[in-house]
Amino acid sequence: MSQSIIRVNQLHKSYITGSNSLHVLKGLDIDIQQGEMVSIMGSSGSGKSTLLNILGILDNYDKGEFYLGDTLIKDLNEKKAAWYRNKMIGFVFQSFNLITFKNAMENVALPLYYQKVSRKKRNRIAMEYLEKVGLTEWAHHLPSELSGGQKQRVAIARALINNPKVILADEPTGALDTQTSYEVMELFHEINRSGITMIIVTHENDIAEKTERIIHLKDGVIEKEYKQNHSIRYA
Amino acid sequence: MLDLGVWQEILSTMRKNKLRTFLTSFSVFWGIFILMILLGSGTGLQKGVMHNFSDAMNSVWLWGGRTTIAHAGYNTGRQISFKNDDLEFISNHYEALENISGRINLWGGAYSTNYRNEYGDFGIQAINVGFQTTENLKLTNGRLLNFIDIEKYRKVAIIGRIVKERLFKEENPVGKYVNINKIPFLVVGVFDDVHDGEVERLYIPISVAQKTFRPGTQIGTMTFTCGDLSVKESEALLEDIKVKLANKHKVDPEDQSALGSFNALKEYKQMQALFAGIKLFVGIIGVFTLIAGIVGVSNIMLIVVKERTKEFGIRKALGATPRSIIGLIILEALIITSIAGYLGMLSGISLLELIAKNMPASEFFRNPGVDFNIAIGSAILIALAGMLAGFVPARRASRIKPIVALHDE
Repeated sequence: MSQSIIRVNQLHKSYITGSNSLHVLKGLDIDIQQGEMVSIMGSSGSGKSTLLNILGILDNYDKGEFYLGDTLIKDLNEKKAAWYRNKMIGFVFQSFNLITFKNAMENVALPLYYQKVSRKKRNRIAMEYLEKVGLTEWAHHLPSELSGGQKQRVAIARALINNPKVILADEPTGALDTQTSYEVMELFHEINRSGITMIIVTHENDIAEKTERIIHLKDGVIEKEYKQNHSIRYA
Repeated sequence: MLDLGVWQEILSTMRKNKLRTFLTSFSVFWGIFILMILLGSGTGLQKGVMHNFSDAMNSVWLWGGRTTIAHAGYNTGRQISFKNDDLEFISNHYEALENISGRINLWGGAYSTNYRNEYGDFGIQAINVGFQTTENLKLTNGRLLNFIDIEKYRKVAIIGRIVKERLFKEENPVGKYVNINKIPFLVVGVFDDVHDGEVERLYIPISVAQKTFRPGTQIGTMTFTCGDLSVKESEALLEDIKVKLANKHKVDPEDQSALGSFNALKEYKQMQALFAGIKLFVGIIGVFTLIAGIVGVSNIMLIVVKERTKEFGIRKALGATPRSIIGLIILEALIITSIAGYLGMLSGISLLELIAKNMPASEFFRNPGVDFNIAIGSAILIALAGMLAGFVPARRASRIKPIVALHDE
């Protein structure tokens, strides 16, 4: 099985701040196969977060092409973008981004709300996913009552609930201690084994080393890219 | 956008943000509440004062006093009294006049009234038929005095509601005799009127009084109504009548105290003008109260949207469309403002009802109440304003790129 899930050709992106134009992505070419587990590394300012935001259809790009599966993602209106985000992509953020006034179960269920799944049904499904990440007992706790690792696991359950093709994780372990980070990576591997493509942005070498393929960005271009032998291939 | 899921989502959001919900609600509630009290009090004031105009609006009253200016060989201090021929004089000269009547006031105290063993001091007024119209009597039983009663000097009387209650208790007074200074009068009717003071009275034919209690042809106060005349016309007419009567009684037309008069229409119109002014004033304050409420809601909505920017970013990342974000804010605003507006309206009206029930009606205040349409209208207005207030920041929030919203700490 070697089907591209994400294909980026000559991607350019600039930010205009006042009179200055900051060229962040300078013609990137990336091809990620379905079921891969990839990490994107780079120092701050390398453009890695910008890339991730474009891949997540949270931001648009100036030039080039971005295919998600077979679909060219370009100049989508907000409604279309929302639809793709909801159906294809799961997000995991460094700062978790849970809704503070909703409990764990309701946070996990939220993507299904935008698929018009009834409350009863989506809460039931949310409980299944919370079970998968081992948080059944915390289902009715607010985010403020959870530890960092627990919050991230809630976020991961939320990212999984709509059966996405790709999970995009932006520094998912950035706010966690080493032990918890490894637990989260373990969870990511488990998810990856079920066939979901994982793309993780990180600046931590030990995290990146737990993925199959590492892409190093520097100043908006790919500096180096390599596959790791110690990883198990599923593709 | 109106399916059950949306409402559930909004209600749970409101439940979990109680302070925010309360603050927005209170702002709307208070605006409407104060508006209701304001409008209700205005109405109460108006009803109270207008209530004093219990007589026919177009009635004119004329009475004689003492002269203060020597005229035509007469000295000052002469008492002017109207007599039967004065009634004939004005009815012959002025076709516009209706219900022309004299009224002799036989004060209570000097005249005791009794039915069997029940005694009382009531006002006795001797009148012509027309006076009953001028006084705006409401007949509740039997009949009013008629022309035959006057012509035939019948000793008949109509009695006020309180007279009936005191003397006859539960008995039907019509057909019974009351004694006025031991002279029996047949009760032919019972009447009611707006003021209590005006139903502690008996009315008897003026012709009978001129034979029994006040021998002679004096008629006391002259009253009449002047049809559909405008204030100006009635004033001019009254002036003309006074000049003619002054001439007839050999009084200086400039002598203010020799001939007194009261034109109800003029007073009524003046009051109406005054209340039109008060209404306008209350209305303007009301509008500003509403605006204050609207500004309050808008303010809170702006803060709410700002506070929720990150939440909206998360929602958008998870698949929320801009429309669903706008819907979320606006429906929340709509629910809060309409419920709070309704409660404010209800509380305001309830308080007014409470006041109306428990506060004795006075000359200045009675039956405060609010026009239902105005009440509903203001509640809807403030709800719409709340929606609009939510819409502007909501649209802005819905347009923020999720990436920006997510970075908003």
